[in-house]
Amino acid sequence: MDNQLPVVSIRDVTKVYNAGGGDRVKALDTITLDIYPGEFVSLLGPSGCGKSTLLRLIGDLIAPSTGTVLVNGKSAHQARLGREYGMVFQQATLYDWRTVGKNVQLPLEVMNYPRGQREARTQKMLRLVQLEEFDRHYPWQLSGGMQQRVAIARALAIEPALLLMDEPFGALDEMTRERMQMELLSIWSQTKTTVVFVTHSIPEAVFLSSRVVVMSARPGRITGIIDIDLPRPRVFETRENSRFFEKLTEVRERLRHDEVKVASS
Amino acid sequence: MSQAADLVPTVEAELLPETRRPSQLGERLRRYVPALGLFALALVVWEMVVTAFQIESFLLPKPSVIGAVFVREFPVIFPAGLFTMREAMGGFVMGCTLGGVVALSTARWTVVRDGALPFAIAVNSTPIIALAPIMNQWFGITNPLSKMSIVAVIVFFPVMINMVRGLTQVSAGALELMRSYAASEFAILSQLRIPNALPFVFSALKVASTLSVIGAVVSEYFGGTREALGVYISQQAALFHFAEAWAAIIVACAMGITFYALILLVERLLMPWHVSLRATEG
Repeated sequence: MDNQLPVVSIRDVTKVYNAGGGDRVKALDTITLDIYPGEFVSLLGPSGCGKSTLLRLIGDLIAPSTGTVLVNGKSAHQARLGREYGMVFQQATLYDWRTVGKNVQLPLEVMNYPRGQREARTQKMLRLVQLEEFDRHYPWQLSGGMQQRVAIARALAIEPALLLMDEPFGALDEMTRERMQMELLSIWSQTKTTVVFVTHSIPEAVFLSSRVVVMSARPGRITGIIDIDLPRPRVFETRENSRFFEKLTEVRERLRHDEVKVASS
Repeated sequence: MSQAADLVPTVEAELLPETRRPSQLGERLRRYVPALGLFALALVVWEMVVTAFQIESFLLPKPSVIGAVFVREFPVIFPAGLFTMREAMGGFVMGCTLGGVVALSTARWTVVRDGALPFAIAVNSTPIIALAPIMNQWFGITNPLSKMSIVAVIVFFPVMINMVRGLTQVSAGALELMRSYAASEFAILSQLRIPNALPFVFSALKVASTLSVIGAVVSEYFGGTREALGVYISQQAALFHFAEAWAAIIVACAMGITFYALILLVERLLMPWHVSLRATEG
């Protein structure tokens, strides 16, 4: 892995909100992290640990206070202008006035893809998330899980090398959520996309990831990186595997360790 | 990963929320029965009250008399209605176009919004119809433009204010999505802000359609050509021909309702996604 160029390279990044004001918040404190091609990396931590902030820094939706963020060897800003990543938010944020198919097409339209390619790509992505027959439906006609699958298809429409996901399954019920995790892994193995996945669910992070980045709050820091070497493809039974429980425990211990430290400091 | 694939269709079918059911014509008509019944009852009560209390016809004519006059005067009042409708629609188009252009320019230049919006909200709550005599003076009392300009001013403000709201009240997530695409300002305007503004614009257009008929008829009370509906109403009233005035008022009502229904139709055609068109609670 080390001989490859990282897709995401974060160096000594800090993020301070309201830097000048009295309610100054240090959201992230000297974060350094490399993410390599084809990895599935989860950012895991309690609310307020800055995991979403970190994801938004990679996507150049906000700028770091200090430090550098590189995506595909370019600055995050250049990478965003070069449209090199797809993003999925906690809310599906589908446009009500567009059908499912037209929602998937949105990034392609904005980026002026030719019509033929737009339509072919849309069909391909809808097939990938298994929603072909819902092409002409409007978002309100879909369940929450289906809406989120449309959002994933939309993010993948430009076939990005990098997929940024901000608690995409956070608003879903547990059963839908587990099914969506399976589907995401299936999509990931088909597309070979690098995924950065923000979550506060320990089982979700362990089940999906090749590496889990454990973070602590106030200020947001990386307190450990745990390799999840469970075999792939991961299936329904993976969750019942004893190795899965060992990894859960390892991650949980890591998180708890930080809490104890924070409480006693 | 075929396990995941196999799971999907069966479970998903249950998750599908209720979609629009084919509406049955009979059921829809039945919904209007209470309203029609109430209307008929009101006419009967009106007729009986006027007869029983021997109310003078110049105070309140009987519905039956108004009906007869309506039929007799139809060759006069229907063209008059069309004439006034043209003024209302002309002013409506002028005012809405101008309101839309100003609203769009506020999306481009926030200075315009900050400068114009408080002023627009203030003007919107004043009786613009009071300007009618002035407009008659400016454009000439028989010139339809004097009525159209009143209508245009009345209609301009709600359309502009609502459209500005629709263009600016865009969800943060939807904007962030566009930002992640490195979308141009034009793409954000055409793909996000304008579609987002459509429901706001249509609720303004519906208000504006009725306002425009009111504006046209009332400004004709201040004078105009003989073939105008408002002029007819005020002249007949001055001659104590109240049944004729009432008959003309029916035409004015029909105009307002028709115009409103027209906007409603366009709204449904243009916004098939809109909330109001989703499965009704029955």
